[in-house]
Amino acid sequence: MLETVTAAADWIIVFPVLLPLIGAALLVMLWGVRVFPWLFAALVVAAIIAADVELLRRALATGPMSMTMGNWLPPFGISFTVDAMGAGFALVAASVTFVVLIYAQMDLPETARRDGFYPLLLLLLAGVSGAFLTGDLFNLYVWFEVMLISSFGLMVLGGRSLQLDGTIKYGFLNFIATALFLLAVGLLYGLLGTLNMADIARVAGRADPAPMAAVAALFLLAFGMKAAAFPVNGWLPASYHTPPPAISALLGGLLTKVGIYALLRTLVLLLPASREILEPVIAVVAVATLLLGPLGAIAETNLRRAVGFLVVGGIGAALAGIALADGSGIAGTATYIVHALLTITALYLVAGLIEKATGATDTHDMGGLYAANAPISILFFVLVLAVSGVPPFLGFWPKLLLLESGLDGAGIVERSIEPWSLAIAAALLLNALLTLIAGTRLWAHVFWRSGPEGAQSEAANPGLRRLTRRETWFGLGAASLLTLAVVLVGLFPEPLLNLGRAAAADLLSPGAYIAATGLAGEAP
Amino acid sequence: MEYAVAVLIGILFVGGIYLLLARSLVRMLLGLTLMGNAINLVILVAGRLVQAVPPIVPEGMSTPPLGSANPLPQALILTAIVIGFSMFAFLLVLSFRAYATLDADDTDKLRLAEPKGGPNPPLSY
Repeated sequence: MLETVTAAADWIIVFPVLLPLIGAALLVMLWGVRVFPWLFAALVVAAIIAADVELLRRALATGPMSMTMGNWLPPFGISFTVDAMGAGFALVAASVTFVVLIYAQMDLPETARRDGFYPLLLLLLAGVSGAFLTGDLFNLYVWFEVMLISSFGLMVLGGRSLQLDGTIKYGFLNFIATALFLLAVGLLYGLLGTLNMADIARVAGRADPAPMAAVAALFLLAFGMKAAAFPVNGWLPASYHTPPPAISALLGGLLTKVGIYALLRTLVLLLPASREILEPVIAVVAVATLLLGPLGAIAETNLRRAVGFLVVGGIGAALAGIALADGSGIAGTATYIVHALLTITALYLVAGLIEKATGATDTHDMGGLYAANAPISILFFVLVLAVSGVPPFLGFWPKLLLLESGLDGAGIVERSIEPWSLAIAAALLLNALLTLIAGTRLWAHVFWRSGPEGAQSEAANPGLRRLTRRETWFGLGAASLLTLAVVLVGLFPEPLLNLGRAAAADLLSPGAYIAATGLAGEAP
Repeated sequence: MEYAVAVLIGILFVGGIYLLLARSLVRMLLGLTLMGNAINLVILVAGRLVQAVPPIVPEGMSTPPLGSANPLPQALILTAIVIGFSMFAFLLVLSFRAYATLDADDTDKLRLAEPKGGPNPPLSY
């Protein structure tokens, strides 16, 4: 039993999870009461943002901190252990959710908003925040399931046949992925007898490396599926374009990044020795994902499906950092997650606006939007540049870090060429080029070409319509807000880079993380 | 005892994966359930199988008796069963809705989101 009572101020560690859970429960209880559920949800999300800001401030100032439930000593009680990386991701995820909440005011049909959009949104955020903040592996599994079940609900909201189709594929494959995750957790428990992350980081080095590598491989497969890495990415372009754009944005922005985060946690922090054994596999997966994602986007004509392929390409970049796993590689992955959370969500939001303005989902039928609605075209172009990593924008900094790490690892300076690092560096550059081609082609087809494909005349596209006042204020406003964030963080990257450096330091030397839970002193 | 359970886990996994490879959604669901149960057994074995002494602290003592069962895997499995069951229920309803509205228990017919022979890639630019 713990003798000391948790200080009142430390309870803030569980706020980002507790608030949305309570909020969602209240919203479900008040199902029949239709007075401003959106206002309530927005207030809850704003409170979560405030809690996350405070957590991040503390984590940056004093290093990781921990709180253990139920008065049990750490290896037994379930710990919430917050480091700068977890708090930072939780903050960005909550902020993105807030913007989507604004956008949803104009995007979702009235019925969808009535049928539980707000409780599901809060539950999704609870799952995401929980996954970012928890310090217990089985607890991470539970948060993954919370996330999964609420994303199922969001994805079928509205119940069109298209959504049913997408959700079945999404549902089955993600359920298999979490089942594999649970299998890995079970085997790890059998090997180490503990599920507390800090405790695992402490004792993992002493275990037999062969079974540990098998467990790590299972983690890689399970989280790779969650993150949509190359051989197991088929579900993402099959499902993320089916729900309304606001929900696409939420799922596309948040969920795959939680998979990458979990990979960082398990492979880099918990099982670094096994990650080294798996390094060639991760490198192959990263290179393949980097190249095949944007190639898919180039061949794709459905706008939001193409964006889905761009998401997959980004996952490759995030995996590249895990394959390289030196200081700047990890910092690159951590900053890439922040970049992807913001940019991908914004891209889906703008894609939704384009679909509204053109009345089509396929780029064959779009065109001429540049003349009709210039602001959308500017937003889309900025985001395309950001996704491909063109300098002034946000995507540049993570890719710079990753490239630096790849070239360092390649050992060109010492003339001892390391082929995988070199391949990753080359793939990163090629990925930027291919992403730029895919993005600018989309831009040309949607905005530049005067009308649908095949129309020879220079006459304006008759399918275009003006955005309503509501769509302009909530939709364009929300998308501009996120794009503004992408531009500003790109122009002033110092806080982001600080976060990345702190994440890399915490992950590569887990001493402080272990000490935070009170298990210090015995680190190997 | 562990070996027997390991064989059972293997059989359950084989059955689960075989069913998951089917085209019928119902068979896939049953496969998922078999796999889920196999994983639950893995967790049970991971906590070591011992002669059944219930892990209850006797009156007047502060620790459970020596050789008592490991209670943690049971708590984990219970959680996993509840979650797995709710997922199963949701996916079952989803499959039923798909059957009702799309007339498809066959994944080959679920091609709405990714139409077969969809439009060609754009050729301009």
